[in-house]
Amino acid sequence: MLLAATTSFSLPSIDYLAILPELVLLGGALIVLLATSMVRGGLKRNIATAITMLFSAAALVTALVQWGRISAQGAETTIAHAIVLDGFSTFIGVTVLCALILSVLVGHDYLKREGIESSEYHILAMIAASGAVMMGQANDLIVIFLALEILSIALYVLVAFNPLRGESGESALKYYILGGFSSAIFVYGIALVYGATGSTNLGQIANFFSENQLIHPGLFDAGLALVLVGFAFKIAAVPFHVWTPDVYQGAPSPITGFMASVAKVGGFAALIRVTIAAMNSQSASWKPILYALAIATLLLGAIVALVQRDVKRMLAYSSISHAGYILIGVEVGTLAGTSAALFYLFAYSVMTVGSFAIVTVLGGDGDSDHDLGRYRGLARRQPWLGGALAVLLLAQAGIPFTSGFFAKLGVVSAAINGGSWPLALVAMIAAAIGVAFYLRVVVLAYMGSDEADATDTPSSQVNPQTRHAQSTLLLEGQSVATIPAVSVPLLSGIAIVLSVATTIFFGVIPGPLLDFAHSAAQLFLA
Amino acid sequence: MSIPSSWYLILAALLFGIGALGVLIRRNVLIMFMCIELMLNAATLTFVTFSRTLNDIGGQADVFFILVVAAAEVVVGLGIVVAIFRRRSTADADEISSMEG
Repeated sequence: MLLAATTSFSLPSIDYLAILPELVLLGGALIVLLATSMVRGGLKRNIATAITMLFSAAALVTALVQWGRISAQGAETTIAHAIVLDGFSTFIGVTVLCALILSVLVGHDYLKREGIESSEYHILAMIAASGAVMMGQANDLIVIFLALEILSIALYVLVAFNPLRGESGESALKYYILGGFSSAIFVYGIALVYGATGSTNLGQIANFFSENQLIHPGLFDAGLALVLVGFAFKIAAVPFHVWTPDVYQGAPSPITGFMASVAKVGGFAALIRVTIAAMNSQSASWKPILYALAIATLLLGAIVALVQRDVKRMLAYSSISHAGYILIGVEVGTLAGTSAALFYLFAYSVMTVGSFAIVTVLGGDGDSDHDLGRYRGLARRQPWLGGALAVLLLAQAGIPFTSGFFAKLGVVSAAINGGSWPLALVAMIAAAIGVAFYLRVVVLAYMGSDEADATDTPSSQVNPQTRHAQSTLLLEGQSVATIPAVSVPLLSGIAIVLSVATTIFFGVIPGPLLDFAHSAAQLFLA
Repeated sequence: MSIPSSWYLILAALLFGIGALGVLIRRNVLIMFMCIELMLNAATLTFVTFSRTLNDIGGQADVFFILVVAAAEVVVGLGIVVAIFRRRSTADADEISSMEG
């Protein structure tokens, strides 16, 4: 009866160039999957990594080809207006693919050290990245939901993919249940927004608001609030962050870096598209929510990071705090705010993957030694590794001559110009607290010795039951010289050098990236 | 005599509420999975209802996507539970918590 009322269904024409990066990544994943199952004795790790690198690089090239087309022809929607091809989507694609390439380099050495001769890591990383790239392009709430699930489901498995790691299963379960919970909230929110506006397509929702008044504003506000809760879970904004420290700690370290960058980039991409592109006219509904989320996220992330003794947990809270800064750029909602958020996302991705690469290298066999004590005197034992760690952590703190400085400067100045000066103030306070906990690690790496300073001796604040604390107690009794120097594997070394070089390059010469982010935000189909 | 569409919406809201409460209260992982399914079904019912009232087929098409995602999610979730079961033989969420801080 209902079917008869609608006109016959016509297939939309498919513009394959628009979704080429995703197709290349999925094709790469399928090829590795097929090769793994068909080659006798499984695919060699080196070959799997080579194929993955090849396809990731090819996807990066196609993203840049897309950028050329957009620069020439302007932004457009395609495939029944469900997919957008604009500067914003290209920028997100480039960011995700850079993070993917760095993570594959680090992951290869991790797999080698742990003796895992299988290709799940490569396959799932490519699938997750294709979901994240799709999130930057999605112009329909249902497509956003699908892309989010492609990203999330691959990440649930990635967290648990090493069967020898006990904590991994536990953190995968936590991630899975809270992720599934947030997805259900998200999709119920989509259903309510659909009921209020009559469409799930972001373009049609924007048109609806320009031509109509809402009959049921309560319905729309409830739906929007639920959608934002779903996003807040994915980007780990306080108070929806509770899964983050456990999952970041339990996941294998290269996965943590990948997840911290790619999931956050994808989540923010879709959040910016939904709020600024589709519902800009309804900013009175979403701005207060983002405002509150940003303040809570900035402060809680920075303060709780101060008391962490596990480096991965500390970086988890630091990544929560970073989400707060990016939320400021989104909340402001201006062109400057959006481009600052984009710049921040790129700088953050590179710094995070680089930091977790160092954490992976220092974690040792089993990837279990992540106590702060492990970093004592690091710079004396291994000046280059210590230097890289110092650069990446100081960049996260926002010290000048690193890309992190311009990232923070961008969002804060956008907030001041956009009239949200209280947010800018909170951001500066959080940045000051942030300097304290980043510097704590750097100081430990450069000056730590046997005469441990009082703040870093394990005291009653440490739960003695945890394995990490026990290893600290052991380390505390030894002299610095007995903490063994680790050898940095070649590919991890390349990844660390690349991320440090990128961080410093865009810190000294931020122009190219600022221009890219600015024109990406300008070519934003709103 | 037809049932007004608001009844369906209220039923969906109730299902969603029961599911959300279940995830927060129940400690058995398998029951938590079922509660998440209940929440997804609430969204599905809402989509179908609005699809009827708006006379728009799009909402009913979206239901298929949600069904597929729900199935994929459960497959992965059960896989993770089985992996944990092999080590610990418990499905209680409170006992699966070695990380604190």
